[in-house]
Amino acid sequence: MLANYGYKDGSGDYFIAIDTDKCNGCAKCVDACPQSVFEMGDDDSDPLREEPVARVSGEQRKKLKYACAPCKRYLTTLSGGKTEETMKEIEKLPCVVSCELRAINHSW
Amino acid sequence: MITAITAGIDIGAKTVKVVILKGKDVIGRGMATTGLDQKESAEKAFKAALKEAKIDQKDIDRVTATGVGRMEAPYASSQITEVGADARGANFLNPAVRTLIDIGGEEGRGIKVSPQGKAVDFAINEKCAAGAGAFTEAMARALERPLKEFAELALKSTKSIPMNAQCAVFAESEVVSLIHAKTPHEDISRAVHDSIADRIISMVRRVGIEKEVMLAGGVAYNVGFVNSINIGLKLEVIVPEYPEYVGALGAALVAAEK
Amino acid sequence: MAEEKKEYWRWLESRWTNPNINWRQAKIITGGVDVGSVSTQAVIMADGDLYAFANMRTGSDSPNSARNAFNWALEGTGMAETDVKYTVGTGYGRVNVPMAKKAITEIACHARGANFMYGPTVRTVLDMGGQDCKAIRIDDKGKVESFLMNDKCAAGTGRGMEVFSDLLTISINDVGKMSMEVDVEPEPVSSTCVIFAKTEATGLLRQGWAKNKVLAAYCRAMAGRVNELLQRVGVVKDFAITGGIAKNIGVVSRLENLLGLKALTPRHDTQLAGAIGAALFAKGLLEKDLKK
Repeated sequence: MLANYGYKDGSGDYFIAIDTDKCNGCAKCVDACPQSVFEMGDDDSDPLREEPVARVSGEQRKKLKYACAPCKRYLTTLSGGKTEETMKEIEKLPCVVSCELRAINHSW
Repeated sequence: MITAITAGIDIGAKTVKVVILKGKDVIGRGMATTGLDQKESAEKAFKAALKEAKIDQKDIDRVTATGVGRMEAPYASSQITEVGADARGANFLNPAVRTLIDIGGEEGRGIKVSPQGKAVDFAINEKCAAGAGAFTEAMARALERPLKEFAELALKSTKSIPMNAQCAVFAESEVVSLIHAKTPHEDISRAVHDSIADRIISMVRRVGIEKEVMLAGGVAYNVGFVNSINIGLKLEVIVPEYPEYVGALGAALVAAEK
Repeated sequence: MAEEKKEYWRWLESRWTNPNINWRQAKIITGGVDVGSVSTQAVIMADGDLYAFANMRTGSDSPNSARNAFNWALEGTGMAETDVKYTVGTGYGRVNVPMAKKAITEIACHARGANFMYGPTVRTVLDMGGQDCKAIRIDDKGKVESFLMNDKCAAGTGRGMEVFSDLLTISINDVGKMSMEVDVEPEPVSSTCVIFAKTEATGLLRQGWAKNKVLAAYCRAMAGRVNELLQRVGVVKDFAITGGIAKNIGVVSRLENLLGLKALTPRHDTQLAGAIGAALFAKGLLEKDLKK
């Protein structure tokens, strides 16, 4: 399942997508993120799944634009969105790098 | 040599501001609400500034325009971005400023300022009221108090309570529930200002926060907000006189240097 | 605050009993309670079929709202709370549903409920609630494949529409219909943020725009916004809309135009999807318990 955490408001799209089929619950993203955006827990949207899965913490879901700001220095020169240049920068984010199974992606 | 008289005009989404300089001395300021016709509003602000400076339009040597509507000033000989003008103005007011936080009614900016007064890096919140002055205005309305009174209440708060809503509309409902729950208005005001200060600080963190920090824009008049920013940053921000004119001042300085 | 102020944004409460079901003959009776930020629904299902429901405004606290809705659903049926063998809570206040044995998130429940309400062909569900907007892709069993939930921003939620109904002093039940009464479709309101959109609308009224034209511009903006959210999960046929805004023809018809796709016609009140899904999960959980 593709879980899109975050929001879209007047200023833009701020989503972190976690592919729960790829996630093996290793929790490396939890340690990698300097802003404590990630947590491990039950898959809320699949009550039948037993194994824990990475999620964006409830507290951070509504402020990702601000929470992720320190890691996104590239936004000074790039306007965000899914351009080729932004995608290259997203690849270098600590959470994205930490996930060997490539289950994490950002929308901006 | 005759001292040049220059003007900076900042045409924003909500207001137009004009600063007139004689050399490096401010001799006039003027402001007007942006109406349907931006050109007309710009003219109004200009007239007000000329009146204060006791000079005529023809006495002005050069004009530099800034703000979203900077192209609406055909008489301007040059244009500069809001971020550039802000950095220039802040540096002039206090050369030690390295971080400028400028919060207007509909927009918030964090700018890293070089010792030379150049913008090195910046982060912007726009098109979302949660990170702009409109947020506190809406909350003051929910409490049915004038903005100034609402802001001052925060200083009397004894308890810090968290707000969950990250959206001005949802925050309004939250404020109404707090009123119903008989929460003291002082604490509600503090909660509102903490919540917007928290977002602004996170945004500015992207550019890095380095002392001195200056607060500009109309929201700098809000003592509750200044208090929350100071607590959040664990330092004292500098609030200049006429904080809403920092951008216009920067533009006038650029005109003076041309 | 003005005591007598008319509240244009308030929608109607309702309850219903299925006349074709005799619950005393049913083997499994389960309940689902969806405590949302604005509305609360309680449904009773008999052998997996909808027997009764109540749809009310959420009160000041979740436990009471859940209890009131649950009691209202039972009213006149002769059924006691103890006859309902398993209840699941969902929605914003799901952990505070006193009669519930388990809480399940609204994403899972909406997916399951939409599968029941619209049949197994539904692949994309848009739920427009009072304070959030969800886009969910599901399989033929109602299992979630991909989702997005926007509960940070009021744009594209029922709350945004309520703000406009209040601003224009037009009942929330009529805004959709009224927005259709324009000769030419206006440009959508350009601000996404509801606060700024309100300022924009005030300006339009001052320019002499009729109320229905302003509503048309806002319904169109809202349709555009939820369309963008839907595109993030991808839209696959069949498509269904649940939640309160599904009743707003002004938004639904404009969204259908943008998608080039008709939304399925619901069998039941569109606000019930979450509670129905919860009651269906309750049935599954009860059956699992009974097997032990």
